[in-house]
Amino acid sequence: MNLRRDVFQAIADPTRRAILLLVASQTMTAGAIASNFDTARPTVSKHLQILTECNLLQQEQSGREIYYHINAKKMKEVADFIEPFRQMWDDRFNKLESIMKNYKGE
Amino acid sequence: MELKTKITAEPGKQDLLITREFDLPIRLLFKAYTVADIVEQWMGTKVLKMESKTHGSYQFETTDDKGNVVFRANGVVHEFIPELKITRTFEMENTPFGVQLEVVQFEQLTENTSKVTIHTIYETGEQRDQVLRLPFAQGINMAHNRLQEIATKLK
Repeated sequence: MNLRRDVFQAIADPTRRAILLLVASQTMTAGAIASNFDTARPTVSKHLQILTECNLLQQEQSGREIYYHINAKKMKEVADFIEPFRQMWDDRFNKLESIMKNYKGE
Repeated sequence: MELKTKITAEPGKQDLLITREFDLPIRLLFKAYTVADIVEQWMGTKVLKMESKTHGSYQFETTDDKGNVVFRANGVVHEFIPELKITRTFEMENTPFGVQLEVVQFEQLTENTSKVTIHTIYETGEQRDQVLRLPFAQGINMAHNRLQEIATKLK
């Protein structure tokens, strides 16, 4: 088992991003998810496995079926990952703006 | 509150876009990018060299209280068009993050407002994501110290 699954590698793949979008609106079985793609069923299963391993998807057993639903907390973490970087640039630019206001008279 | 500085980094890509509008005439925004002692103030690093011209080069360095170098970066200017565009490289020395290409565009919005758009292209998508995940939030100087720690571990 690959324990070093990188969540950013996971979302870099277009099929996996499409799966996340699909499951975001409703809980679905693997079969229902696969029916939305032309890709072979085992390929979709592999994508689901990767998304589950990095906690973007969670599995839920219901009778004989396994349902997949999105892990909102993990998704938010991924969406927010650039926030510290953005904040750093915002701080720099705020400083730039206040420094340059002193030059306005020139 | 609307965010003044916006960053777009699409998953799986190796570039990112930073935009910011300023309550400054374009003349002053551009000056802030090209005069060494002003760059020092807002970037929070010493500027060892700043040749603001086509085929010029620049160098940044940050030292800690004891005088140890904790951050050093350099780059060359490919194209320099006053109050319009600077195309340059940027590389943090002794880190595994590679060299990045920065296309910095300056735009006048009104007489007293202006906008900067920075398109940064990394060597790989992985390098971009590594740079984005560096713990910058703790303040620029702190970040540089942490950067050095992390970079050393990654070697």
